Amino acid sequence: MVPEVNLVVAVVVVKRTGYSLVGLLLCGVAQATVLPEERADVLYHSYQGGGVTIQGPSILVRKQSSANTSVVANYYVDMVTSASIDVVTTASKYEEQRKEKSLGIDYLHGKNKMSLSYKVSKENDYYARSANVDISQDMFGDLTTVTLGFSRGWDVVGKRNDSSFAKDTNRRNYRIGLSQIISKNTIMGASFETITDEGFLNNPYRTVRYVDTGVSRGYSYQPEVYPNTHTSNALSFRAKYYLPYRAALRAEVRFYQDDWGVVGQNLEIGYTHPLNDRWILDGHIRTYRQSKADFYSDLFPGQDAQNFLARDKELSTFSNLTLGFGVSYTLLQGGWHFIDRGSINLAYDLIQFDFQDFRDLRNGGTVGNEPLYHYNANVIQFFVSIWY
Amino acid sequence: MMRYLCLLVIALCLNACSSLEPWVKPYERAHLADPIMSFSPDPVSSAYTSHVYDAREGARGAGGESGGGCGCS
Repeated sequence: MVPEVNLVVAVVVVKRTGYSLVGLLLCGVAQATVLPEERADVLYHSYQGGGVTIQGPSILVRKQSSANTSVVANYYVDMVTSASIDVVTTASKYEEQRKEKSLGIDYLHGKNKMSLSYKVSKENDYYARSANVDISQDMFGDLTTVTLGFSRGWDVVGKRNDSSFAKDTNRRNYRIGLSQIISKNTIMGASFETITDEGFLNNPYRTVRYVDTGVSRGYSYQPEVYPNTHTSNALSFRAKYYLPYRAALRAEVRFYQDDWGVVGQNLEIGYTHPLNDRWILDGHIRTYRQSKADFYSDLFPGQDAQNFLARDKELSTFSNLTLGFGVSYTLLQGGWHFIDRGSINLAYDLIQFDFQDFRDLRNGGTVGNEPLYHYNANVIQFFVSIWY
Repeated sequence: MMRYLCLLVIALCLNACSSLEPWVKPYERAHLADPIMSFSPDPVSSAYTSHVYDAREGARGAGGESGGGCGCS
């Protein structure tokens, strides 16, 4: 199914927000563009890996409330059962739920679009709120879209079985994006985002281990200690190319660094292949690698070995490889009552994690020479979408 | 750094006010309008995928999603 040409501007505008406040004030352009599609999605997600199972629904509904205003709401749940390696080596298995609700509005004015949203995430030991604003503008004959965005987050970190424990974390995200039509078959995008966090950034349950010759196993644990600020920069580029026989190739690369010493890169290549008007197949491969944080160690030489201490495997040196596959089936192509069309979708990703300085303490070995940790994660998404 | 960024944005915006002939005409964008060419054809799925990686990797940001914290890692 190839959409009509007059949808082109819509898709370009919707998928690549772009804008500048100065541009809005100086130019005051007033050509019609479009809002995101009216649709509803019901998704079931499942993540299983490393002793952790996380599953639940996500429901997203978007509705146009006027000619230039669109409202979107999302309800998302993580049902967590965790017996991760951190948990089994230093604590006990636990279950919890995280519920996230968000509400957003997009306002269109000519070639400018403003998006506002507010999000709340609740767990029994973590409460997070965030407000987001993104402003975009199309320019250069709608070939280019520029986006500026800002988010402000207010988190409260709690602790199970300790109602008096409540630590604040404040977050700020600054982002700028550029999307560019290169040719009749190629579109590219670039994005840069700086994120700053301030406050309590530890996991209150996690510990680090250090050499302790006074105990039989040769090591002991103490609570981790993180800096109370964290600033990161990420730069990404992505491109998509339309193949002559109606299929699409895509590539994305991201470079990351932060003031904790973590440097990371990821690269993804994907291919989308419609079989006919109803079936669409998708495959992708993604690699990621990162260096460790300056204050990370799997085994510190002694208690309070330095001012900051971390043994979070997400701050260690590691890499992962994702192999993913998806299939989509279009329903109700002719419409039904208020529904224009629908789709049923299934996606599966296998993620293989390999840690280079995080050791698996469950399988013996001399202190500091235990086998390195690795695990596979299976990620499943099943969702139904309708457009109306 | 921020000063240069602001200057760049202002320059882009001033350019936007002038008439520039697009080298890909609107009637030539049928392929780009095909849903398979969207960077995020299913926002509910894209948001979840970003969340999975954010929770399992040290890197964050520039992934097309807006901010928001959680105790997920």
